[in-house]
Amino acid sequence: MSKRLNLVFALVIVASLVLAACGGGAATAPKVIKIATQSPLSGGQSLLGVDIKNGAQLALEQLSGPLTEMGFTVELAPYDDQATPDVGVANAKAIVADPAILCGVGHLNSGVMIPSSEEYHAAGLAFVSPANTNPVVTTRGYKEVNRIVGRDDVQAPVAEAYAFNELGAKSVYIIHDKTAYGQGVAEFFRKAAEKDGLEVKGFEGTEETANFDAIITPLLAANPDVVFFSGIYNQAGVFFKQARDAGYEGTFMGTDGMDASGLADLAGDALVKGGGMVYTSVAGPASAYPKAAKFAEDFKAKFGAAPQPFAAQGYDAAAVCLKAIENAAKAANGEIPTRAAVADAIRALTLEGITGTISFDSIGDLPKAKYFIIKVNATSGAEWDKNEIVAELEFASPGMGE
Amino acid sequence: MKQFFSNLYAAINKEPWSYIVTFGLMIIGSALVYATPRSLTAFLILLLSPASMYFLKMNNKVKLFAGLVLAIIVLPVLGIRNIFYLEVIFQICVFAALALGLNIVVGMAGLLDLGYVAFYAVGAYTWAFFGSKQISLLHSVPGAAPANAPYFLENPNWFWLFIFLGIGLAAFAGILLGLPVLRLRGDYLAIVTLGFGEVIRVLALNLDKPINITNGPQGITPIQRPTLPPALLDALGRVLEPIVGHPVTEAQFYNVFFYFLALAIIIIAVIVARRLDDSRIGRAWTAIREDETAAIAMGIPLVKMKLAAFASGAAFAGAMGVIYAANRTFVSPETFSFLQSIGVLSMVILGGLGSIPGVIIGAAVVVFLNIQVLQTFSLYLSSLRQSDAVIPIINFAWRNLSTQLDPAKYQKLIFGLILVVMMIFRPSGLIPAERRKRELAGEEEIDEITE
Amino acid sequence: MKQFTSNPLYKFILFPIGQIVVFILGAGITLSVLVILLAYIFRGSVTNLDLVERTLVILPKVLIDGVTIGFVYATIALGYTMVYGVLEFINFSHSEIFMVGGVVGVELLRYFDAQGTLATMNQYVVITLAILLGMIIAGSLAVTVERVAYKPLRNAPRLVPLISAIGMSFFLQDTVRLILGLTTGEFNVILPKFGTFDDFQTFTVPGLAAPVQLQNKTILLIAVTIVMLVGLNYLVNGTKVGKAIRAVAQDRPTASLMGINVNLIISITFLIGGTLGGAAGVLFALKVTRLDPFVGFFPGLKAFTAAVLGGIGNLTGALLGGIVLGLLESFGASYLGVFTQGAFGAEYKDIFAFAILIAILIFRPSGLLGQTVGQKA
Repeated sequence: MSKRLNLVFALVIVASLVLAACGGGAATAPKVIKIATQSPLSGGQSLLGVDIKNGAQLALEQLSGPLTEMGFTVELAPYDDQATPDVGVANAKAIVADPAILCGVGHLNSGVMIPSSEEYHAAGLAFVSPANTNPVVTTRGYKEVNRIVGRDDVQAPVAEAYAFNELGAKSVYIIHDKTAYGQGVAEFFRKAAEKDGLEVKGFEGTEETANFDAIITPLLAANPDVVFFSGIYNQAGVFFKQARDAGYEGTFMGTDGMDASGLADLAGDALVKGGGMVYTSVAGPASAYPKAAKFAEDFKAKFGAAPQPFAAQGYDAAAVCLKAIENAAKAANGEIPTRAAVADAIRALTLEGITGTISFDSIGDLPKAKYFIIKVNATSGAEWDKNEIVAELEFASPGMGE
Repeated sequence: MKQFFSNLYAAINKEPWSYIVTFGLMIIGSALVYATPRSLTAFLILLLSPASMYFLKMNNKVKLFAGLVLAIIVLPVLGIRNIFYLEVIFQICVFAALALGLNIVVGMAGLLDLGYVAFYAVGAYTWAFFGSKQISLLHSVPGAAPANAPYFLENPNWFWLFIFLGIGLAAFAGILLGLPVLRLRGDYLAIVTLGFGEVIRVLALNLDKPINITNGPQGITPIQRPTLPPALLDALGRVLEPIVGHPVTEAQFYNVFFYFLALAIIIIAVIVARRLDDSRIGRAWTAIREDETAAIAMGIPLVKMKLAAFASGAAFAGAMGVIYAANRTFVSPETFSFLQSIGVLSMVILGGLGSIPGVIIGAAVVVFLNIQVLQTFSLYLSSLRQSDAVIPIINFAWRNLSTQLDPAKYQKLIFGLILVVMMIFRPSGLIPAERRKRELAGEEEIDEITE
Repeated sequence: MKQFTSNPLYKFILFPIGQIVVFILGAGITLSVLVILLAYIFRGSVTNLDLVERTLVILPKVLIDGVTIGFVYATIALGYTMVYGVLEFINFSHSEIFMVGGVVGVELLRYFDAQGTLATMNQYVVITLAILLGMIIAGSLAVTVERVAYKPLRNAPRLVPLISAIGMSFFLQDTVRLILGLTTGEFNVILPKFGTFDDFQTFTVPGLAAPVQLQNKTILLIAVTIVMLVGLNYLVNGTKVGKAIRAVAQDRPTASLMGINVNLIISITFLIGGTLGGAAGVLFALKVTRLDPFVGFFPGLKAFTAAVLGGIGNLTGALLGGIVLGLLESFGASYLGVFTQGAFGAEYKDIFAFAILIAILIFRPSGLLGQTVGQKA
């Protein structure tokens, strides 16, 4: 028994040595540049986190051409922050301790981004956030922290303006998912609604993902013109379906977390019945934006499933990193640039991404966020490209706050 | 295999060899980590040296001296060179302190607590509330905080007082929880503590209205840190810069500072736990754990003793919470989930229920596994996938490996598997409790006498 | 009278159904009276709308919601409580057994959907097949988990199997995710639309202004769970196997001396708990239309709470606990917002459930129906 065990051990050791040799060959190539990603890859939030990483990986494969021509090897270093601040900060320290990492993409949760970015800031490593909409992320004024998504305090007034002016709604019921993202947008929506005189009949937060009875019952009794759900589609889709089944006839509204074909798979014809469903998004629908359509196609070909919300942002964030490193490397005469140079290059950059034109203001926000209001015409995920743009609104970033 | 290891252990557990092995590991480990700051193997070798210090027979004074040199000089210097290691060690310290606290409740008094992070949350939110701008934001909507709001406490050095306040408040919360649930036994207690843990988390998540106390899911930030004397930092910085090879920033000094703070808490926790274990209270807890009815019959004041267990266990978590809030400058409800409680509990049980060194090792193993080993492995696989490497013999290109098979995605799966396997093959933990050993030895002695 | 009570029809069918009805009516009426009273007390403090009217309008739906989810909790809670009765151990991975049952059932429906036969088949046949498959897979998984992760720990200290169960729970979650990822590439398991389960049945109740509406799937859920509960009652109280289970629960060594194969009985207990959990999973999926590998956690936690609330180890207690908890949660979530003008709302429903649990345990430390038993081991 023990002899056999020893043999197995020996085999395993030999095998791992061989593998290490194979892997080592690539890893020790000269002039390696790494781009880190940090997002939840395991646990309940991995649905979105994995696709941020996958988006970045796709960008790396498609867009690292110029850097490869300059003689660099570009690699992705994906980290799992497990959606917990502790792990995020520990990873952040591992990331800043790796000198080959020049730029990063992450995180999903503002609650992880805020403490982790203290580390990036301390080490001068630039990060581009694909999903953090909490104003605090940038209002600290760190040179290294950027984001390519709109802020809560921009998206919410856009949605509210549409509900009040275009839909002519008199009353609204606001529901959010009790995350920093969902609640942030919901609070700003309420603020805007109160300013316009749109009656807020209810304001609820819920962590529930399956059984929404307890929310739907008071909602039906209040019978608002519009239900605004601020959160992610896999929770909202179930809610929309259950609410429609229970007899709600008004209009559903959603945030950019709804921008996924899975919403139609979950909610089915609940999205087109009654008052239908509209959502705000920074990315136009695939049909109107060929670039985005190509991204969705490539993504599906590579990873076997349609991209989730923030996958396109993950792609663009990595694209920003690559372009900035390229610019900085050119400025440094083809040498590996410093982190500070990359951080400066990001702020100086203008890029046509798949989610729109990307540039950054002095605190790392998009100076102008353009939002589309998209009406859902799909009753299943396959029909998602039937959705149409019903309005386009542009808002300037509020900067350092009031 | 086993024979080989026990022979090896016997061979090096003698006078000259134990010193040679320990100091050899320490010196080689330090040198390796210094030379290749990103190598996992080097760090592991260094971490083996405290383990050999613990397991091998050596003069206690030498052990103490070596341990102090390692903890106070070697680790911080290497940690500044690669800040990630300092974070790993800091987290090991944080979780070891939590595990020591939980060990008092579960291991010594036998009261299963599934909501232990609630006390950690109490400590963290105490300093987060008073050490931030939150008090001037009580009536503002979460996320819409005016940027120029003032800090409530102008002097961040109130922090020192709040460590004690955190201890007090957490202990008070422990008593508050303990009072109504004292009559409950075993699994009823487990579910009530679980409920209490959830209650604290949901309160932290929801108390942003009607008055904004916790800022809800957005969390509280920034939180103040105590000031470090600039003159000292200057002097240390000048000394350290040539050693670590780069200028030392204030942030790195803060990391070292919090590491020392956490280390101090651990040392206090170990001393307190040791003293408690051998005291009348500790024996009373053991009695309660083994047989409650008999304990009452022996005249042990059940209520007082259970409350004492809850309160002293909670106190460590409270202190650690305050330090955590200051270290991260940010707290949010996500940190205090049920899974964290389970995590700390599994550290205690993995290490050895009731065993002080075991619990520390348990915390170290889980943290190390979680934030380093699995992470490194998955990064390695990811770089393989991006390379042109193939698996020999079957000629399978790593590039074609399904993206679903990414080990980073399955950390919890591996962790779960390790827990199950550990429980089946070594249920008393990595280092079983001293008292159990003593009890077993006692039985043998009795057998000898009767024979 | 005595002759009548020992009549099997009464003992195994009428009595348990009567019990369920009494539990629902008792808990439902108590809570309804309570909220109506509160509405009368607080009506002065509200200016622009009639609080009593608002309370009454949603009351029937709140009751139905509470009973429905209460049945789901009760069915899962039975799994916890049976295992606890026999082994005195919290089977933490039971929530994952529940999840697996649901996922398997839905995957079968999706398979039919992909074949194109879902629309043509009789909807009751389809759902029966899904429930049965869910029960079989979940039941055998529960037995396997017991054999692998708990059986070697039979004589270990109490906390050891608990940690093993927690580990198993993590393991199962991510294994399901791995399998789903490799086969369908999806994370969400979405119920295909079929049959008329979403349609409403309308009942006019005398004395109520608006008719009461019940969804077909709600009726199906309640009917199936009642059948299962009655069946379980018969199995435990009317058969030899049931007798053996009760014997093992009462005193394992003695039962073993009486010639009962204890290991077999423990496996059977896990099998029963697992099948119930699996069926509950499919019914839950029918109700909520979406599952994912992590969906079991909260229903599992609530069901465990329900088992403790009713008195853990006690089958009737689990039923009562489930119904009471479901109703409490539904009332708490719907009325907190109404009474506090939105200052507190549905987000406190979990706290509400736990607070009530703590309150009840303070006055009845062994749960609603638990006996104060002497300390075991």
